[in-house]
Amino acid sequence: MGDVRLMKGNEVIAEAAIRCGCDGYFGYPITPQSEIMETLMIRRPENETGMVVLQAESEVAAINMVYGGASCGKKVMTSSSSPGISLKAEGITYLAGAELPALIVNIVRGGPGLGTIQPAQSDYFQAVKGGGHGDYKLIVLAPASVQEMNDFVDLGFELSFKYLNPAMILSDGVIGQMMEKVELSDYKPRWTDEEIEKISGSWATNGKKAGSERNISTSLDLDSAKQEVFNHKLQAKYRAMEENDVRFEKIACDDADYLFVAYGSSARICQKSVELAREKGIKVGLLRPITLFPYPTKQIQEMLGQVKGILSVEMSAGQMVEDVRLAVEGKVPVEHFGRYGGIIPTPEEVVEALEEKILGK
Amino acid sequence: MTATTEINNIISKENLVYKKTDVLLDNEMHYCPGCTHGVIHKVIAEVIEEMDIQDKTIGVSPVGCSVLAYNYLDIDWQQAAHGRAPALATATSRLMPDKYVFTYQGDGDLASIGCAEIMHACNRGENIVVVFVNNAIYGMTGGQMAPTTLEGQVTATSPYGRDCATTGFPMKMSEMVSLLPGTRFVTRQSAETAGAVRKLKKAIRKGFENTREKKGLSFIEIVGTCSSGWKLSPTQSNEWMKENMFPYYPLGTLKDE
Repeated sequence: MGDVRLMKGNEVIAEAAIRCGCDGYFGYPITPQSEIMETLMIRRPENETGMVVLQAESEVAAINMVYGGASCGKKVMTSSSSPGISLKAEGITYLAGAELPALIVNIVRGGPGLGTIQPAQSDYFQAVKGGGHGDYKLIVLAPASVQEMNDFVDLGFELSFKYLNPAMILSDGVIGQMMEKVELSDYKPRWTDEEIEKISGSWATNGKKAGSERNISTSLDLDSAKQEVFNHKLQAKYRAMEENDVRFEKIACDDADYLFVAYGSSARICQKSVELAREKGIKVGLLRPITLFPYPTKQIQEMLGQVKGILSVEMSAGQMVEDVRLAVEGKVPVEHFGRYGGIIPTPEEVVEALEEKILGK
Repeated sequence: MTATTEINNIISKENLVYKKTDVLLDNEMHYCPGCTHGVIHKVIAEVIEEMDIQDKTIGVSPVGCSVLAYNYLDIDWQQAAHGRAPALATATSRLMPDKYVFTYQGDGDLASIGCAEIMHACNRGENIVVVFVNNAIYGMTGGQMAPTTLEGQVTATSPYGRDCATTGFPMKMSEMVSLLPGTRFVTRQSAETAGAVRKLKKAIRKGFENTREKKGLSFIEIVGTCSSGWKLSPTQSNEWMKENMFPYYPLGTLKDE
């Protein structure tokens, strides 16, 4: 075993950032994720790894600092919670349009508006379907444990540099605030200038090299024909993500007659609901999407010959259920169960919903 | 002797008294005739060449007429969202402290939508150069009122002249940022005469030298013209600028520490 500790999800994001060789964090305080920046400020990574940590004047400035840092070929990130992510939406679409790698963490709270500071999963559409303007996608990772908060920081950077596309960790106030055992990653050194040149030399704006073309970081092309070609390129990239980087977990699915589909904290609750339902003789399994984009559409479709009905469980009024229905194409009943506004469902409530909405049919 | 060989003889090396800097590219500019941007671009390019920092300079231009500035200077560029250039420059400069980072912003961009970003970059004393082109109007979008539009000035969105009672007053950005301890050098220049261009070049050079010496933020405002937006000829624009802009936006250095 490596470095095992009992830590809060938010603190782990900060620790994982330092350990994975992140070059810069730019943030703005908002509950329930302020511990991320607070932890970084206490840790002072500038003395340890040289990582820059800066409290920006707003979420808007923070995401644009990320744009600047990402343009240099550096590993940079920001974090916020729902209302702050809405403010960052402009910068996020510019990152996608300029094909820049970056990591954005959203510790979701209930909305709309200022909403509540309690946990929710009501930013699924914003994360998965766009959020800002234009046809773009984020790589969206949904951790269901403090361990995955650690693991997905490095994975998020890896995928965002693989595809030159921003990645988002879509977590929520439950995972952000709860303490669990976590095995921290080993330290990876920050990239040297030579490594950055090798990895990102063809696009990074870190000074024009003698004898080579200058690099320009932009999302602008006033020529519509070129803009359409560029959009084809983006779409091809998103198809490649769907082909190669879908991540999911199946629990008790082998003999399942029914299926829960749930991510993040809802998936943790559903794990208990699976046990409770099976005690009652209801053979239900859980499919947990880990990547919300690319979505495990095929993996849900593969269950269709086996299961008689699917309950999508989310702390929202029903957002991910639309993607489940798109996968299922009406072949079996798909229903949604959710609590929202900062209310977390109990495992018993979920089983009751399964009995009422799916078995009752 | 043919005409071509004659010209080649004239432009032979020993006869050269002036050469366009290679940092300024040959791409056709989108700026209108009489616009000040072209001269400012040339001056920045010359300073970059003279200081031999082409490989270490990153330009950040946001939205407005400067949106296509990356087409004209042969350096690495970042094209920012409207008003956000100082945020990009902050991260770029902090992550690469040995580089020269400058923003190139107009008055709508810097004084209106980007007010928070510029104030806080100045307040933190980021080690960057801010080139602020103030022509008292939104150029790219077709001549609308800007925060720096003068009282009574006619624009597309103040067709009866700017009424300060309802739209506020022209903002003096250099005066405002000079009050912040983070700024080291704040100056207001122009580029309508050869003499003014020489002074401007000196100011821009000082800005980049401040970056080299890690002195912090240099803020260089340039009062310029917008013939298209002002609906005046280039020469009339220069006259209008001298008569109306210079009294309200006096030229000179406000701070040099």
